[in-house]
Amino acid sequence: MLNPGVVGGSSNSDPFPAGLRVLVVDDDPTCLMILERMLRTCLYRVTKCNRAEIALTLLRKNKNGFDIVISDVHMPDMNGFKLLEHVGLEMDLPVIMMSADDSKSVVLKGVTHGAVDYLIKPVRIEALKNIWQHVVRKKRNVSEHSGSVEETGGDRQQQQRDDGDDGGGDNNSSSGNNEGNLRRRKEEEQGDDKEDTSSLKKPRVVWSVELHQQFVAAVNHLGVDKAVPKKILEMMNVQGLTRENVASHLQKYRIYLKRLGGVSQHQGSMNHSFMTGQDPSYGPLNGFDLQSLAAAGQLPAQSLAQLQAAGLGWSSSSLIKPGTTSVDQRSIFTFQSSKFGDGHGQMMMNGGSGNKQMSLLHGVPTGHMRLQQQQMAGMRVADPSMLQQQSMLSRRSLLDDAVVVRNSSRVLPGATHSVFNNSFPLASAPGMSVTDTKGGSSSATAAFCNPSYDILNSFPQQQHHNNNRVNEWDPPNMGMVFNSHQDNTASAAFSTSEAYSSSSTHKREREAELVAEHGQNQQQPQSRSVNPMNQVYMNGGGSVRVKTETVTCPPQATTMFHEQYSNQEDLLSALLKQEGFPLLDSEFDFEGYSFDNIPV
Amino acid sequence: MQRQVALIKQSLFDQGYLDEQFVELEELQDDANPNFVEEVATLYFKDSARLISNIEQALERGSFDFNRLDNYMHQFKGSSTSIGASKVKTECTMFREYCRVGNAEGCLRTFKQLKKEHATLRKKLEQYFQLARQAGPKETARRPK
Repeated sequence: MLNPGVVGGSSNSDPFPAGLRVLVVDDDPTCLMILERMLRTCLYRVTKCNRAEIALTLLRKNKNGFDIVISDVHMPDMNGFKLLEHVGLEMDLPVIMMSADDSKSVVLKGVTHGAVDYLIKPVRIEALKNIWQHVVRKKRNVSEHSGSVEETGGDRQQQQRDDGDDGGGDNNSSSGNNEGNLRRRKEEEQGDDKEDTSSLKKPRVVWSVELHQQFVAAVNHLGVDKAVPKKILEMMNVQGLTRENVASHLQKYRIYLKRLGGVSQHQGSMNHSFMTGQDPSYGPLNGFDLQSLAAAGQLPAQSLAQLQAAGLGWSSSSLIKPGTTSVDQRSIFTFQSSKFGDGHGQMMMNGGSGNKQMSLLHGVPTGHMRLQQQQMAGMRVADPSMLQQQSMLSRRSLLDDAVVVRNSSRVLPGATHSVFNNSFPLASAPGMSVTDTKGGSSSATAAFCNPSYDILNSFPQQQHHNNNRVNEWDPPNMGMVFNSHQDNTASAAFSTSEAYSSSSTHKREREAELVAEHGQNQQQPQSRSVNPMNQVYMNGGGSVRVKTETVTCPPQATTMFHEQYSNQEDLLSALLKQEGFPLLDSEFDFEGYSFDNIPV
Repeated sequence: MQRQVALIKQSLFDQGYLDEQFVELEELQDDANPNFVEEVATLYFKDSARLISNIEQALERGSFDFNRLDNYMHQFKGSSTSIGASKVKTECTMFREYCRVGNAEGCLRTFKQLKKEHATLRKKLEQYFQLARQAGPKETARRPK
């Protein structure tokens, strides 16, 4: 039978497109089952998902975890086109739409929203056999160097294939490899591509984590108010990047900053979610401080994962580190401290640093809570220099199990947010507990509702206390996260944060774990679970379940999740309103940005 | 026995209960997934039963929210199409058409017919799968003429 990890004849020949990692989203279980079977027959690595939100969470958590997305148009929780937009903006993955509806208008909509293809149901396996072409095509377009594309694209595929050959067992390395590959490719492309850039049909610039970090550093250096695209461009000194790219990126960045409530440029330097590109092990966190949030928020892993994904659009793989019971010891903030010129008030969450934030935690159940509390407490500590050091150190050390908390000066005192340095708030503060999922996902889930309340409530105070100016980032995100549940703002939220696409590296695995945590049975295999072919993310009632062959979702957990969401949403909205943060929906100007860039 | 199975299957196709898509599904079946088609069918009937009951409730309410009905039916049509339930699919299309023009009476009538077709198909397929299992795996994979 098909062994996803093993490709026939791969040793000597090019197994591609076997091993292509496909995420298929459809609310119809019959179709989903059929598609999965068909895709497996094509030797692809399939992950199924019956809810768009879950799909986004998955994608965010595993930035580099999928090659292509296939989605139905009509879905109850989110319009397929919205999902398409998000994916295009945030992850820049090719998306194929499908529907039983073959009317011209719908197909046209698919085209205008940037779908790379549109399949009419019933989908035949022949149609699926060739979807890999879209992956290759996209890579070619993304890469700015036409000449090297094939090679690098080929390398990348090779890389993926190799990873696939590992049986998806070693996601870390694969993602790391991919990441490294991608990064290298980007760099080399940018390096030798100046002339070609102008002559080529201008591909969309993908703002990777590193790139964005460089950008932010340049902006900070110049001063946000004085940062002009030309100067930024010069400072960044990235080949192949044009002034226009920088200008539009800057525009988005400014809007983002503004949204944060007039945070000074200083905060801007906090560099949202850009994970320290330099630390490959961490992978681009994409500003998911969700992990830290999770830790702090004691939210069940799944919720955290979901929230994170929802809110930030940055799925930092680092976020979810299974087995983070040891988190408190090792909460690590990933920063791009090296990149930031300014001292960020990075909050270090040290497991033990104190429980100042106890108040935040009281909703939190059990062990998770403890950890999170500690973390939260740690987070509050604002000792920039210390933080930085610690973060640096911890960063390195934590890779494997601690929740990586992106701490940026923006740390939100609010339990959930504090950790994230990303400019993009992690909406899913409650979701932060992801890291803990391994240990106690179920309990975490249970706690979900409560902690969030507490956290949210404590937000306002914390924000005031927060010297780190992080807060601004978070609230919007929080709103985002919760709203995502309803499917409206979520998209908005995502687009903003996701405007900066980044190749996720390591984080992928970790995030994957986060997401999957729901089912207890998932615990073990989780470590790299996102990509295994047998994973299914089904949302019985709103929770993400990872299952290895069967979907088993503890019913209560599912329900709980749902409820939690609504609760949180209410809380967030209330909170946000309270704080005077505009609700996310209108906020995301990034959408405009992204759309322009969507290749149709 | 095997011949019997083949005959039953052939008749399902001839009578228009199943279409080409069903064959596609059968081709996905192999040694590692010997009961794939049956599993899909089971899933389909379970899910469609839910949809049917939703639609029923919506119709009983008498308010005729055509949009909502259309949504349900779209889903129904999608899954029916996916397994190749040809007659059911036809009824779905008709139902949606009635929804589109706001013909409540037509919707009710069509829905009745749809339920009938759905039930018939279910019975026939159950029969078919049962026999097929008894007959052995080979037969089920054979393409009808």
